[in-house]
Amino acid sequence: MAHFEKANSIGEWLDQRLAVETLKKVMQTEYWIPKNINFLWAMGMVLAATFGILVVSGIFLLMYYKPDTNLAFDSVNYTIMSEVGYGWLWRHVHGVGASLVFLIIYIHMFTGIYYGSYKKGRELIWLSGMGLFVAFSAEAFSGYMLPWGQMSYWAGMVITNLFSGGSLEAYGLVEWIRGDYVPADAFLTRFFMLHVFLLPLVIIGLIVLHFGTLRIPHVNNQDGEEFDYAEAAELYKAGKVKESKVIPFSPVFLSKDVFVMGVYFILFFYLVFYHFEFAMDPVNFDPADGLKTPAHIYPEWYFLWSYEILRPFSKDLGLVAFAIAQVIFFMLPFLDRSPNVAPASRRGLFKYWFWAMLIDVIVLTFMGKLPPTDALFANIGLVSAILFFVLWIALPFITKIEKKL
Amino acid sequence: MKELKIFGIVAIFTLVLYWGVEPFAHSQMHKHVEGNGFVYDGKADIEEAKTAKKDEKAKAKEAFWANVAKVSKIKGDVAAGEAGFATCMGCHMEGGVNMGGVIPPVLDHAGALYSKNYLIALIKDPAMASNVDHKYADTMTHPMGSIKAMMADDQQIADVVAYLMAKKAGEVTTKEAFTEACSRCHAMRYAKTTQLGDTPTFKYEKDTLAHKIKVIDEQNLVKAYMGKLPPDLSIIIRARGHHFMETFVENPQSQLPGTSMPRVGLSHEGYEKVHAYMTEIGDPSKPAREELGPKVILFFIIFTGLAFLWKKSRWKGHY
Repeated sequence: MAHFEKANSIGEWLDQRLAVETLKKVMQTEYWIPKNINFLWAMGMVLAATFGILVVSGIFLLMYYKPDTNLAFDSVNYTIMSEVGYGWLWRHVHGVGASLVFLIIYIHMFTGIYYGSYKKGRELIWLSGMGLFVAFSAEAFSGYMLPWGQMSYWAGMVITNLFSGGSLEAYGLVEWIRGDYVPADAFLTRFFMLHVFLLPLVIIGLIVLHFGTLRIPHVNNQDGEEFDYAEAAELYKAGKVKESKVIPFSPVFLSKDVFVMGVYFILFFYLVFYHFEFAMDPVNFDPADGLKTPAHIYPEWYFLWSYEILRPFSKDLGLVAFAIAQVIFFMLPFLDRSPNVAPASRRGLFKYWFWAMLIDVIVLTFMGKLPPTDALFANIGLVSAILFFVLWIALPFITKIEKKL
Repeated sequence: MKELKIFGIVAIFTLVLYWGVEPFAHSQMHKHVEGNGFVYDGKADIEEAKTAKKDEKAKAKEAFWANVAKVSKIKGDVAAGEAGFATCMGCHMEGGVNMGGVIPPVLDHAGALYSKNYLIALIKDPAMASNVDHKYADTMTHPMGSIKAMMADDQQIADVVAYLMAKKAGEVTTKEAFTEACSRCHAMRYAKTTQLGDTPTFKYEKDTLAHKIKVIDEQNLVKAYMGKLPPDLSIIIRARGHHFMETFVENPQSQLPGTSMPRVGLSHEGYEKVHAYMTEIGDPSKPAREELGPKVILFFIIFTGLAFLWKKSRWKGHY
C-alpha cells in the first residue's frame, strides 16, 4: 500500500486519496477553452443543465406514475396533476424540458455545422453528438408513450408499423417489438423500462464519451483557428490573460455559461408557467382508444422534418428515404471534402449549402404537421424532401472544389 | 454587438419555427367555425340544411325559428307560467329516472343557465331546438317530443318560459351549472361524478359494487340512445381548445356534423359557469401556476443579473 501522511484538512485528506487537486486542474482550472467564442458555445452546458432538469423532474414523476394501460392515463392526469403537491409543476417542467432540449440540440448541431466543428480530428465529437441525438430521440419517443393518451397510442402504432419494412411485410418484427398485435400493456411496460432506465443510461454514457472526445482536439473557435494550446496556456498562467488565446473552463468560461443559462431559464420557466400547451399536445388529453383514430396524427415538432421525408413518397421509397434521413447527418464529416475549418460564411458554396439546409429542414418541419390532403402543402413537402437529398448529394462536390483558405 | 446579431438570428429562426408548427399548423388543421355568441336564432341550422341541399328541411327550419322569434316577443305571465310548469314537473325533478334514453334534466336554475329563445324553441319542438332532428324520422319520437301536443299554445309557452326566467334563476354554482346542463350524459371521473350524480362512499364493498352496476345500467341506456357513451369530461378543457368548446357547445353540429349530441342551449353566462367548472376539475393547477409563476421568473431574472456581474468580473482584463 502507498504511504499516507496525516492530513491537515479535509481537502488534503481527499487529495491524498482521490487526487482532487489534480482532478480540479484537469477538469476545471486548467481545462483550456479558446477565448474567441460566442454564446453559442454555451449550448453544451445548457443541454447538460436541461438534461439534469429532465432527470430530476423525471424522478419525481416516476414516484407516482403507474405503467399499466388501465392506470397510466389517470396517474398522470389526475394523481400527478391534482393530488401530488407540485406534481403539475414537475410534469410541466418535464414536458417543456423535453421539447426545449431538442430546440437546443438543433441549435447546437447547426452551430457545429456552421463553424465546421466536425472536421478532421473532431469527427468523434460529431459522431458521439449524433449518437446523443438518436438516443434523445428514442428517449423522447418512449416518454411520449407513457401518458397513454390518444397521441401516445397512435404514434406508437404508426412508428412501430414502420418496422414492417413496407413491402417486406415483416409483421412478425412489429409484433416482437410491441409484444402484442397492437400497442397494449406489454408495449407500455417495455417503453416505460426504456424511458426510465436503459435509455437514460445510454444517454449518460454518451454524454461522458461526448465530453471525452472534446479533450484532445479541443473546442473549436469562431474562426476555426488552429493554435498551440500549451503555449497559450503558459501565457495565461503567467498572467498574460489578455495576450493568451485561451481561458480556463472554470471559472472564466463557466461564468459566461451560467449567465447564458440564466437567460435560458427565464425563457424555460416562462414557458412552464404561461405557455406549456405547445409542448403538451391537446390530443393526448383524450385517453388511448384503439377504435378511434384521431383526425390528424403527427409527431412532436422535433420529428416533423424526418416525418415529412417519409410522407411524400410511395411506401417503400418513403421508408428508404426516411431511413437515410435518420443517419445521413452522421456522415457529415466524411461527405464534407473540404479541409477548411472556418465559419460557413467564408467557405464559398458551403455558405449557401448551410442556409439552404437549415431553411429546407424548417420548411420540412412546417409541412410535416400540415394535413397532406392539401395539394399545395403536399407538393411543397415533396420538393423539400427531394431538395434535402439533392443537398446531401451535392455536398461532396461543392466542398471538393472549395478553395483552400 | 456581434453576439447580439447572432442571438437575433437564432431568435428569429426559433420564432418562425414556432409560428409554423403551432399557430399556423393549427389554423390549417381545424376548420374555422364562426360562433353566434350563444344566441339561438336558427341561423346555423338553416345554413346547414341549405348546404346539405335539403331545401324542404331548410324551409321547415326557417318557419320554425321565425315562429320562435314571434313567441319570444309575446309578454309572458309568470303566475300563469307557474301553473303551466306543473306539466313539466312530472319528469323534470330531482332524482329523476331515465326516460327514453336519458334522465330528464333538473330545471332548478334553467332561467340562469339557458337562453330564453332556446327554451321557447325547446318547448315548441325539442328535436328542432337542439338541432338533432336528423336523428328522428318524426320529431315527436324525441324523448320529450310529446310536449308539442301537451303545450301547443304560444301564450302558454311564453308564460312557462317567463316563469323559468323569473323564478328558476338565482345564484348558481359552477358545479350546479355543469350538473344540470351536462352530467346526465357525461361523467366526470376526476370530480367523482357519473350520469347518476356524485358517487357516494359506501362502508361495504357490496354496496359500492351495487352502485357501480346502477351506473353501468344507466350508461348502457345513454349509450343505446346516443349511439356511443358520451365522453368523460374530466380534462376535456385541456383536450379541446377554447374556441372549439365554445362553438361546439353552442351548436355541436358545427364541429361534428351528424353528432347525436344535442345543443343544450346555454346562454353566455350559463356557458361561462360550465366552463369555469370544467377548468376547476380539468386544470386544477391554474391558481397555483399564477401564484408561483411570477416568483420563479423573478428569481431567474435576479439570478441572470448576478450571473452577468460575475461573468463581467471574471472576464475583466481578458480583452
